[in-house]
Amino acid sequence: MDLNLTPEEQTFRDELRSWLADNVPEPWPLSRRGENVEDYWNFLRAWQRKLFDGGWAGISWPKEFGGRGASPVQQSIFLAEVARAQAPQHLGVIGEGLVGPTIIVAGTDEQKRRFLPRILTGEDIWCQGYSEPNSGSDLASLGTRAIRDGDEYVVNGQKIWTSFAHIADWCLLLVRTDPDVPKHKGITCLLVDMKSPGISARPLRQMSGESGFNEVFFTDVRVPVDNQLGELNNGWRVGLTALMNERANLGSSMYVAFEETMAKLVDLCRMHKRNGQPLCADPIVRQKIAQAQVELEIFRLNTDRALSRANANETPGPEGSILKIYWSEMNQRLSQTAMEILGDVAQLSTFDNGAWAYCYLRSRGNTIEGGTSEIQRNILAERVLGLPKSY
Amino acid sequence: MYFDLSKPQKLLQQAAREFCKRECPTTRVHELLDAKDGVDSELWQGIADQGWVGLHLAEEFEGLGLGLVELAVVAEELGRACAPGPWLSTNWASTTLALANTTQAKTVLPQVVDGTSQITLAILEEEHSWEISAETKATVDPERNQLSGTKQCVMNAAEADWILCVANLSGKLCLVSVPSDAQGVQITSTPGIDATRKLHQCDFNQVTLDTDDILAKGDAAKSALQISEHIAIVAVCAEMLGLMQHMLEMTVEYAKTRRQFDRVIGSFQAIQHMCADMLLLTESARSAVWYAAWSLDNEEADAQRAVTVAKIYTSDAVRQVGNLAVQVHGGIGFTWEHDLHLYYKRAKATEYLLGDATFHREQLARMTFDESCGI
Repeated sequence: MDLNLTPEEQTFRDELRSWLADNVPEPWPLSRRGENVEDYWNFLRAWQRKLFDGGWAGISWPKEFGGRGASPVQQSIFLAEVARAQAPQHLGVIGEGLVGPTIIVAGTDEQKRRFLPRILTGEDIWCQGYSEPNSGSDLASLGTRAIRDGDEYVVNGQKIWTSFAHIADWCLLLVRTDPDVPKHKGITCLLVDMKSPGISARPLRQMSGESGFNEVFFTDVRVPVDNQLGELNNGWRVGLTALMNERANLGSSMYVAFEETMAKLVDLCRMHKRNGQPLCADPIVRQKIAQAQVELEIFRLNTDRALSRANANETPGPEGSILKIYWSEMNQRLSQTAMEILGDVAQLSTFDNGAWAYCYLRSRGNTIEGGTSEIQRNILAERVLGLPKSY
Repeated sequence: MYFDLSKPQKLLQQAAREFCKRECPTTRVHELLDAKDGVDSELWQGIADQGWVGLHLAEEFEGLGLGLVELAVVAEELGRACAPGPWLSTNWASTTLALANTTQAKTVLPQVVDGTSQITLAILEEEHSWEISAETKATVDPERNQLSGTKQCVMNAAEADWILCVANLSGKLCLVSVPSDAQGVQITSTPGIDATRKLHQCDFNQVTLDTDDILAKGDAAKSALQISEHIAIVAVCAEMLGLMQHMLEMTVEYAKTRRQFDRVIGSFQAIQHMCADMLLLTESARSAVWYAAWSLDNEEADAQRAVTVAKIYTSDAVRQVGNLAVQVHGGIGFTWEHDLHLYYKRAKATEYLLGDATFHREQLARMTFDESCGI
């Protein structure tokens, strides 16, 4: 057991830190984010290009595909350092984190040549067409249909909760290619050009007020058979590779953000008074803050343990479900604690720019997105504890 | 970064697990429960022969000189077996003695480490918490050199040959060593819910002390007590981790075999999700315990905080895991003949030992706020 970084990991971190110090752009002004959307996306694309030019795009990919072959620990160092440097949002997150690794495992040489470099440079932004209005947790029941017509598939159906769909160039799409076999066995994975005729994306507004994801409609969309990823009707397995990656990645990028929220809350407790006393003199506030700090620290440690395991085994396993349940439920408790301690003003858009109200509302989605807490618990019960399938 | 047990640590874990399986099956724990004195000298000698009494003590005290991660590994296995006896109290008192007074420690500890003698530590009072301070009511009269006071929840005092007692000496903290057969010492059994760890009230009524018996005073006493408390908390938390691990395993096993409605109950999501929560709590506690052990051993800047965090999380988690275990077991888990209550009650009692989660959350709040807030 040694929690210190190895010399190799330290070198990696130092190199990255100095690169970030020289290259992270001035933050995009919050006030301009709503009114000039195109400019904002171009700003994010430029950042992706900068990462690529600096050799920091797709770092976990094997070297032969343009990555650095970075270990899970190095990947986690990368995510934390980028967050600490307050770098722009990572537009290539789905392409780099999900689509690329899936193409590397399941793609043809031609697909690898065609798609992988453009993911790294940010020329292609990807979205992920998985969930449907009637297929959420039961993803394998998806009904978006693809019927073969010569050298093409004709796709009809609807996807939902699709992040980045309104700006994406490409989509990793799960479709039903055989309705007459058990549901897991009739799904195929397609790589779909989002500029194809027949695709329309409609942003969905969330309870927190922002639009982070979309509904996407497919009407007689024609997709070349060459864009099939993996074998026909093997899409469930191909698609799951990506989901495993998603679970492992999501957690490690978040600690820095939670840490900042926690530090802000502690500062507010020092500065704000109630009934003539600083909040931090109230024994109940002290108990609640301490509890939140404990939970955050355990999140950091659980993540580091999972990373150590991933470093040894290379593929992310079902333990990722522990992390997912842990951070999502922790964030809900943390934002509740903040609202409770700060009191009535915390809900106001005029208090800290509405940040606390936003955190609170946004956190409700955490236990649903990326696999609900219930699905994660099913996974732990079946795959880690060896209990029988419940459905 | 490698946050997992090393190969030698895994070997130690394996050896400890096999020892406990062989020497301390739960049938034995049940027998002791119903026996009058509940002392298993054979098991105790076995533990001493393994070197575990002085596992992390330096060689000058006849210890094995191993680290705190190794201490946690052994403590977890003893917890997993719900092993009865004075391992924890003796180990804690030995650490305290070694830190407080090297000369005395060199005389006393070799016979403690080899299992011949036992020592324990008396801190808690009716009106005083686990806080290490001179506010304690037990007092050493400086003129007559006599100790008077009453200590509660002293672990395994009946078998101890010496009792280390925290007292007030002219307004300063001091640590004294009292032979348990000295005149004026009265030890009364005060049975708690956990019969695997005996608790006693110790009354000291004008017990005359030799000058040698005052082990340390003031800051030296405080520092010895604080450091040994941190190490003891690591051991206590690791024990709780072992309790959790075992309760998780026995519950999952039960869920796989118990049938209702023509299927095993482990196929119901209501049961599965309780088991998944037990796993999450146990694995999270493991992260906290290992980190506390490692950071304390490596004198990391946040070591004290890590120990506090571990005690908070583990104290709450062990109770929750116990509650879930009983619920999944249904009626059988509520009976005396079943093993579960051994673990459940040990868990509940250990939750309070060296300060419960509420006590330590306040300690953590002091670290966070009190230097900057002027309180």
